[in-house]
Amino acid sequence: MKKIIPIIVLLILFVIALFNKSQLEMSAGVSILVTILLGIAMIVVLILTISGRSIERRIVFLFIGVSLILPFFMNFTLPLQVSPEVRTLYDALAKLPKGSKVLASYDYDPPSAPELQPMGDAFMKWAFRHDIKVIIIGLWPQGPLQANLSVNAALADPEIAKHPPKYGVDYVNLGYQSGNEFVIQGMGTSIRSKFPSDLYNTPYDSIPLLRGVENFSNIDFVFNLSAGYPGTVEWVQIAVDRFGVPVGAGNTAVQAPQVYPYVESGQLTGLLGGMSGGAEFEKITKEPGQANTFLLSQSFAHVVVIGFILIGNVALFMGKTKRRPPIG
Amino acid sequence: MRREIPLIITFIAGLVFVVQYFIPHPPFDAFEQVFTNWFAIVQAFAIWLGALSLMKFSMLKIRRKQKDWFMSVIIIVGFVVMVAYGAYDGFAGMHASPTYSFRDAGTHFDWLYQNIYTPLTSTMFALLAFFVASASYRAFRARNLQATLLLIAGILVMIGRVPIGDWLTSFMPAHYQASNLATWIMNFPNAAGQRAIMIGIALGTVSTSLRIILGIERSHLEG
Repeated sequence: MKKIIPIIVLLILFVIALFNKSQLEMSAGVSILVTILLGIAMIVVLILTISGRSIERRIVFLFIGVSLILPFFMNFTLPLQVSPEVRTLYDALAKLPKGSKVLASYDYDPPSAPELQPMGDAFMKWAFRHDIKVIIIGLWPQGPLQANLSVNAALADPEIAKHPPKYGVDYVNLGYQSGNEFVIQGMGTSIRSKFPSDLYNTPYDSIPLLRGVENFSNIDFVFNLSAGYPGTVEWVQIAVDRFGVPVGAGNTAVQAPQVYPYVESGQLTGLLGGMSGGAEFEKITKEPGQANTFLLSQSFAHVVVIGFILIGNVALFMGKTKRRPPIG
Repeated sequence: MRREIPLIITFIAGLVFVVQYFIPHPPFDAFEQVFTNWFAIVQAFAIWLGALSLMKFSMLKIRRKQKDWFMSVIIIVGFVVMVAYGAYDGFAGMHASPTYSFRDAGTHFDWLYQNIYTPLTSTMFALLAFFVASASYRAFRARNLQATLLLIAGILVMIGRVPIGDWLTSFMPAHYQASNLATWIMNFPNAAGQRAIMIGIALGTVSTSLRIILGIERSHLEG
């Protein structure tokens, strides 16, 4: 019971805070004070670890939980630099003339949405604002549903709502198709053969946006959001290498390191890597969204994890890991 | 024939895709279209196979009252509710005026997807953060040179991929700020290592695929 009480208290506070976030938002001064208190707590952990007492994992969980939740109520931002690979993708999109057709492949599901959804939302808003036509597909079953969330987010923008894009003319959702990389391969010959109708069973030939769109040679750019297989690697191996269509991608932070060789070789036209890539993309497209908010939370969590790693290594070097009862 | 027929099917399918890659002209492109369509159909059926297997396993667990059998009840209830509401919204949408899809905003299915499925799956994924932190504290030690290099690279990438890294290293020259160091690590040592891994995997895949197509490797036929 003693161990559960702090967790219950934390959960209750979190639920209360969710419903009263605006009233609980901390001023800049309080935010800095809370950050300092968190730092002092880490120093206490360091002292205890050096003295030979290991920290129970529940305390580690508590630190991570606090470092993730508190930034949501903090009132400061940190400067963000746009990395070269994000700039490359944005420059490629910016060069597209009005009316260009971009194939947006949403290849992820809700677990990866915190990282990839902000990228999709920013892209969709930017595309609608700049008269870029968007053809949405998904190689994952939930992909087209996540794409609809991006479309709804874009349509909710007041400026875009003044001149809303028209379904079937400015954007279309062709839905999910099973077959993994064979779908990409088939689209290289005929997109119609893989997507004979859209998400709402409208025949391919009845959709104005798709008139004249036979295969990749009629697509100006592919924007892929990927959380695994099938995803960016398959798009590069087939769409870029076999059919020569330029592809830019947004990946989760776990997958991004695997596709850096494609960025370096020029096969991938830009990369948005993880939450920071999404925040940078929001900054460069001037489409503010959730990524910047989430990134502050992630920043604190990263610092706490690094702090614990360093504390553990300090204890190793001090050589004072004695057998004493753990804290907590 | 029980072993020969699958071997023949494997050989023909593999041969068609290999030949089609190098000769993408009629009639080989037509074969490729047929086989990729068949693959898509088989994969679609595999989704149902997975779902039905899960239902069968869950029902057996409930019937035998095995440990945590109540979780199997939740699985079956969740599955049935999503399918039922999806079917209901689908049929209702087909006969409504104007017609709508079960995936459209405002349907029961959409509510379940946005308010139950999405938060639950996101939460499961998010739990990893806590366990990674705990595991890092306990196991990430600089015991030797390789571990030390991994530790330094990991810390630099972690701190460089968030804006707090640049804020902490803002006093340093631009090339040595955290984000630029992280970018250098990703673009050079990481890319080199990933290329080596990719080439190794590709060579292994070619070797294994040839063995399977030629029937030398038959482990996929067992069981």
